[in-house]
Amino acid sequence: MKKLIAAFVGSMALASAPLALAADATKELKMAYDADPVTLDIHEQLSGGILQLSHMTFDPLLRWTKDLGFEPRLAESWERIDDKTMRFKLREGVMFHSGNELTTADVKFTFDRLKQSQDFKAIFKPFSAINVVDDYTFELVTSEPYPLLLNTATYIFPLDSEFYSGQTESGKDKSEILKHGNSFASENLSGTGPYTVTERKQGVRVEFERFDDYWDTESPGNVDKIVLTPIKENNTRVSALLSGGVDFVAPVPPNDLERIRNDKNSNLVTMSGTRIILFHMNQERVEAFKNPKVRQAIAYAINQEGIAAKIMKGFATPAAQMSPAGYQGHNDSLAPRFDVAKAQELMKEAGYEDGFTITMMAPNNRYVNDDKIAQAVAAMLARINIKVDLKTLPKAQYWPEYDNRAADMMMIGWHADTEDSANFYEFLTFCPDADSGAGQYNAGNYCNAEIDALVDKANVETDLDKRAAMLQEVEQRLYDDAAFVPLHWQDLAWASKKNVNIEPVLNVMNFPYLGDLVVE
Amino acid sequence: MLAFLVQRISQAFLVMFVISVIAFAIQDGLGDPLQEMVGMSVSQEEREAIREELGLNDPMVVQYLRFAGNALQGDLGNSYFYSKPTLEVIAEHLPGTLELVIGASLIIVFLSVPIGVYAAIRPQAWLSKFFMGVSTVGISIPVFLTAIVLIQLFSIGVTVSWFPSDTGWGQWLNDFFSTEGGLPSYGRGDDLIHLFGTWESGFFSSGGLMHLVLPSVSLASIMLPLFIRLIRAEMMEVLQSDYVRYARAKGLSAGRINFLHALKNTMLPVITVGGVQIGIMVAYTILTETVFQWPGVGLMFLEAITRSDIPLIVAYLMVVGLIFVVTNTLVDLIYGLVNPTVKLTGKKA
Repeated sequence: MKKLIAAFVGSMALASAPLALAADATKELKMAYDADPVTLDIHEQLSGGILQLSHMTFDPLLRWTKDLGFEPRLAESWERIDDKTMRFKLREGVMFHSGNELTTADVKFTFDRLKQSQDFKAIFKPFSAINVVDDYTFELVTSEPYPLLLNTATYIFPLDSEFYSGQTESGKDKSEILKHGNSFASENLSGTGPYTVTERKQGVRVEFERFDDYWDTESPGNVDKIVLTPIKENNTRVSALLSGGVDFVAPVPPNDLERIRNDKNSNLVTMSGTRIILFHMNQERVEAFKNPKVRQAIAYAINQEGIAAKIMKGFATPAAQMSPAGYQGHNDSLAPRFDVAKAQELMKEAGYEDGFTITMMAPNNRYVNDDKIAQAVAAMLARINIKVDLKTLPKAQYWPEYDNRAADMMMIGWHADTEDSANFYEFLTFCPDADSGAGQYNAGNYCNAEIDALVDKANVETDLDKRAAMLQEVEQRLYDDAAFVPLHWQDLAWASKKNVNIEPVLNVMNFPYLGDLVVE
Repeated sequence: MLAFLVQRISQAFLVMFVISVIAFAIQDGLGDPLQEMVGMSVSQEEREAIREELGLNDPMVVQYLRFAGNALQGDLGNSYFYSKPTLEVIAEHLPGTLELVIGASLIIVFLSVPIGVYAAIRPQAWLSKFFMGVSTVGISIPVFLTAIVLIQLFSIGVTVSWFPSDTGWGQWLNDFFSTEGGLPSYGRGDDLIHLFGTWESGFFSSGGLMHLVLPSVSLASIMLPLFIRLIRAEMMEVLQSDYVRYARAKGLSAGRINFLHALKNTMLPVITVGGVQIGIMVAYTILTETVFQWPGVGLMFLEAITRSDIPLIVAYLMVVGLIFVVTNTLVDLIYGLVNPTVKLTGKKA
């Protein structure tokens, strides 16, 4: 019986084999991600999926290298004119998909549009103007000296200004950014990138084809066609790779790492990530959290290494601070301080020997193993007599609760859009201020004006060594004060078939430079 | 007949109304749709502006009346995620689900009737006992587990080495239990044939059919045992009835008794249950579609929930409600055809 079925399946597979061979002649890459881009308008949403799309169909002025340096892309070179001005030289002879040629007018158009975009305007707030010098020279001007000018410039993917200007047949402005509804830009695309979008069925598949006139002729990339299929279910995504249905999958769930590592046809690449997972302790809701000793006790009670090893199966880097290695603020001397005896002692000193009861909330489908981590933390807190009433929620319901600061301890994961430490502090530890938007996600209500001032000072310091020293001091002070409970940086993992050489194009930002991907 | 239809249509409106009210009432519990629409670093003011633009700040009653007013004109709103009218989105996804249900139904019909009848006629045969045993196991395994096992066996393939491979029989047994894999494990494939409207079919190409195999089998696995048992039980009861005994006594051939007289009466309750089960199958497709990344309405609905795409959730619930009303109406009509003594409106004859 089984053999019959096997024979049947085998013959079916053979029947489809010639198709697969034919596809090999023009190199095709089938990839499965957990989601597909929500729109083709790269200024509509700031998310991993959209940045991935941006790198496939557009090119930034400059981009991050693997070791968090910069490499020139559409900007050939740049030089600082003064404290607030950086001059860029644009690459000549770069073509858009539409056939238009890239000039500074396109960069200006893009810059102005970014300032309009609801998602991007915050990142571009420090920029005051763009000065067009000539067709291939322009200057970016900031209102204050801004050390992260180049970091931010990696978000400038020049759009084809001619293509996105004017009106559609129905009289709508082509450059319009629409969050909800159909805009011209959400369905049409013209960039300078290595791939054009040839077909798109939202939620089902996106097809890309190599752009013939791509400017970067030195790119080793040899993939002619990419088919992206969103596969949300972890198991199905991994099965699709193991069964040969797709060539490249991400993300790889921790539970399947071993399975892929042991598969002789697959390739697994993992990397320590930059997304910090942490808990806030709400001082406004719980009187005891105002006492630094209690916060320190909690910091001592949590076994970060245990969580990373047992729950994350080694798929996380235990953290004692927010800045991951490679960031300016990363302070090498800070290590997880798990010590239950010390924690109990601190609780005693603070007068809470008998402990107290708190509420805790965490999402259950946002971060890797988020609900299990929360359970573990709750169990660890029980050892210093803090009784935790834990509630885990799907992310759609979690964030409104988070905005309401609905529990005493709440989990959040954060990735710095600027790839810089200051971003962590601004959103997670600054004194909350509704008017300026500072501390927007500071669910601990931790507030230390001195630390905030130090970060502000670092943010206008263009001497990067001095700046790094300041940020590292910030990390140290937050650590000493136990402002929050850091857990770990979530690792990243990608997997592919053996003949797909993904390793060189991967990076810690998690947008593979697929234009340079080589398939053997 | 006409009175029956009018009655059913007014029922349908009532059902729709109730569903829409319930769907609207629970939307607060479904979360904030904005979380999926904007990046984390977008400020509260920007969020507030978008919320205002979408009309999410209005009182629930105002929102419902606005929705109901549009709904009466056939407009169920725009999906937040797809940025398209919800009915259009559902129309694009519905063919996938229908093909899956058709595939599973075909498997169920072509397997359950012969097996059920056989098991009823020869209840003591070892083959009957085997089928009954398997169906007990089948009914108790959750569909996603079946799906995962099927994927492992027939997509990825399993190499077995339980037996000594240096002996002929060991090698043969190893080969016997090993599987090749190779069947597609996700999606509907690339070569779909466009039929009409939004219907792209996988039934007319080898690639499309191959993609249908595993999902259909998984979906069928949950209903098949039920139908086998139902047909067997009904058939056994019918075989005990007087008119069958009389037919036997009259000397009619076994084939004629079993298939013409007995089977026809067996099918009445089976059709009723079948109609309801097709509706339930639409619900089961949510699981099957998730595991196989099948782009049908089930997967669409599940994702709409995780994204709190409220207009799409409401529209889906209403469409499914409509499907239930329509299938039940059809079942009643067919019932009337199979058994003319049944009065549709339920009045005394």
